[in-house]
Amino acid sequence: MSEKIMSKPPRLQLKGMTKIYPSVIANDSIDMTIAPGEIHAVLGENGAGKSTLMKAIYGVVKPDNGQIVWDGEVVRIQSPAHARKLGIGMVFQHFSLFETLTVTENIALAIDDYKSMETLAARIKEVSEEYGLPLDPGRQVHSLSVGLRQRVEIIRCLLQKPTLLIMDEPTSVLTPQAVRKMFETLRRLAAEGCSILYISHKLDEIMELCHSATIIRAGRVTGIAVPAEETAGSLAKMMIGRELPVCAREKESIDGEKRLVVKNLSKVSSNQFGTELKEVSFSVRGGEILGIAGISGNGQQELLVALSGEHIVADKESIQICGEAAGNLNPDERRNRGLGFVPEERLGRGAVPGMSLTGNAILTAHRQGMVKRGLLDFGKAADFAKQCIRDFTVKCGSKDDPVNSLSGGNIQKYIVGREIQQNPKLLIVSQPTWGVDVGAANMIRQAMIDLRSNGSAVLVVSEELDELFEICDRLVVIAGGRVSPSVNVHETSKEEIGIWMSGMFPGGPAEVEPEGMEAAQNEASHVC
Amino acid sequence: MFVKIEPRPEPSKTMRYLSPLIAAFLMLVSGVILFTFLGKNPIAAFHAFFIEPVNDLYGIGELFIKAAPLMLIGTGLSIGFRAGIWNIGAEGQLAIGALFGGYIAIIFHNSTGFFVLPLMVLAGALGGCVWASIPAFLKTVFNANETLVTLMLNYVAILLLALLVHGPLKDPDGYGFPQSILFGDSAMLPILMEGTRLHLGVLLVLAGVVIGWIFLMKSFAGYQIQVAGLAQKAASYAGFQYKKLIWTGLLAGGVTAGIAGVFEIAGPIGQLLPSVSPGYGYAAIIVAFVGRLHPGGIILSSLLMALLYLGGESGQMNLDLPSAVTGVFQGLLLFYLLATDFLIYYRLRINARHREVI
Repeated sequence: MSEKIMSKPPRLQLKGMTKIYPSVIANDSIDMTIAPGEIHAVLGENGAGKSTLMKAIYGVVKPDNGQIVWDGEVVRIQSPAHARKLGIGMVFQHFSLFETLTVTENIALAIDDYKSMETLAARIKEVSEEYGLPLDPGRQVHSLSVGLRQRVEIIRCLLQKPTLLIMDEPTSVLTPQAVRKMFETLRRLAAEGCSILYISHKLDEIMELCHSATIIRAGRVTGIAVPAEETAGSLAKMMIGRELPVCAREKESIDGEKRLVVKNLSKVSSNQFGTELKEVSFSVRGGEILGIAGISGNGQQELLVALSGEHIVADKESIQICGEAAGNLNPDERRNRGLGFVPEERLGRGAVPGMSLTGNAILTAHRQGMVKRGLLDFGKAADFAKQCIRDFTVKCGSKDDPVNSLSGGNIQKYIVGREIQQNPKLLIVSQPTWGVDVGAANMIRQAMIDLRSNGSAVLVVSEELDELFEICDRLVVIAGGRVSPSVNVHETSKEEIGIWMSGMFPGGPAEVEPEGMEAAQNEASHVC
Repeated sequence: MFVKIEPRPEPSKTMRYLSPLIAAFLMLVSGVILFTFLGKNPIAAFHAFFIEPVNDLYGIGELFIKAAPLMLIGTGLSIGFRAGIWNIGAEGQLAIGALFGGYIAIIFHNSTGFFVLPLMVLAGALGGCVWASIPAFLKTVFNANETLVTLMLNYVAILLLALLVHGPLKDPDGYGFPQSILFGDSAMLPILMEGTRLHLGVLLVLAGVVIGWIFLMKSFAGYQIQVAGLAQKAASYAGFQYKKLIWTGLLAGGVTAGIAGVFEIAGPIGQLLPSVSPGYGYAAIIVAFVGRLHPGGIILSSLLMALLYLGGESGQMNLDLPSAVTGVFQGLLLFYLLATDFLIYYRLRINARHREVI
């Protein structure tokens, strides 16, 4: 295969690609060569500049300098439409689909050479089945799971017969089984001559799938490798400059009291296209970390706002915090009873953009003696902020910097630090390391483990199975608004959890309401 | 030459404070051009408009009398504006405050008691509150848009005041003129300085601005208001009760506008008239924004705005300028401020090197 690759002109060649933003050099003279039929990984941490580079290839971003050579010819890609005409397709990390339209209508919006809706629907069916990604063209997008929505995006690209397919972090919305299935599709596409640019920070996936890899760190190419010949350790070294850190995990501590009990919690989502929670029950004890696995959009948001108190639930007994019925309490009252909460949106929810780090300390830590007779004690708030910056190694100029001037990872460290420093009896963390660089992610995980070892109860909601298996004591899975029974981490496997994630667990949606779960079954059918 | 607009990596603090000054400067330049077009000598016009009104002690007293209501209302409004609550109904809240306070003055016009003035201020504050609680109630219960409700209530309030002054509150010995009886001495704010009309209300307003500053910058309630204005989701995440903040934001405007109304009738006016304010309630919105929603800035911007009122009057008398000239200047100021605020988030690069992408 490699000989065949060498004999043709490269499909795409980048020379000295540079993109400078006012505050950061996103890409610094990046060179890259992709042969026809090659699956090429672009590996790098969050914020390394992968997405900017891909957007430049797809015509979304205009590079400040550099050259793009397409099939041996120098081109200036003006727009995504121009890129598509050349044969470049891109599947974005965040989808661009209209929820109220059908699959066919959504695809029709992006394609101009179809005769009628009927012929387009037939083509969608044909192509999707050909590539083993079956899709019902008549379904409305809001009724599709996240995995199926991604399928719509992929099919939309494939219909235009691309010769280069760019995939930006495609596996974050898939179960391990569905990832396998997608790899088969990608390999088949590559065998047909389509080049694939595969963007990811997951080392095992890249080692399994990709022929070659370009590693980017802080906007520069730091290595070119054949992943199959590398180890996870050597790739990580190129990606972050050192070995992948591992969390130190002490033995499980003694069973503590139940700090959070959720009993038959049912709730209709306030969002029209949200997920309804159905008879959710689980509990978390002091001294343990319970993980909630699941593909996003399966009720995590609704569950979290119910637990945090941002949405009040009708049955106050259905949520108990530290032995007290709390369903009717607002977030402030729940915090007074020992709750700490780190939401998945950092700026705008967990922290106030435009306010200093000190100001952001007050947001939830005001109860730590920062308010006296209605007036704020700024000295105390500053001390709190300083301690948090020091203990959690938050990289910033000073406690007076606006929080939005920090990088995503440092903002997250600060928010986690603010919540942990208040010594909560129960800490709920959503997507603790989403978009956070490896070093910060490790530190955050370690902090959660330490909190648990000191006797607090920790609940973690995450899409990253690897992360949950690393830090949790027990796991439950959320699918279709229902929560599975819990399993001990040591008594299960990623495969089992993967099957559960598609709704097939005792009492899960696949069992209770099989007709509504055809989508999940569809995805899960690859398991067999 | 190649001018490029690009977003700043972070908002510029310098520009945040410079932008009102640039706006004021541009307003002056436009004013001079306008005077020239009207066939006036620009230098003489400038002098008549901006120097003449304040070149004696009386004039400076007038400046503060005009600035006081703007300062007080601007501070109250900025509390609401910082929470993202757009109360543009201060004009109506002022009218109702004047009505409530004036009613007290009329009932007790024979009394020489010391209590009359404090009671009027309380009644005025209550009146402003009553008027501001209508939009607060409608917003918290029905999620009605407070901008529209407060705006429409202005007309209701102003017409209600006019109706009562034409009817039940009319001076029976006033030859049918639509005005109340002249207030007794006990209902009038004492004059602070001989030869001016500077009254006690001005000092009370300054104290009010200090209280507003403490509330906004030092109190936990003020902090909650700022969080709600910057990021509503963060306020809800922290458990701050948004409905409480809506009430606080609107009532702060109502109280200050109501008291400002009382100070007008117990100060320079001395009775109830169908109209008790030359648009202070609206001008205070501009004052609040030009002052960057900060009590310190509001003191300065209210003085500038008061000068525009005085200049307008002087321009009418000395230069035969139409009375609309004050409104023109106010509009120019706000217009330029909105334009120059662009520079807080963006910068212009002149002659930026433009490299061809091949």
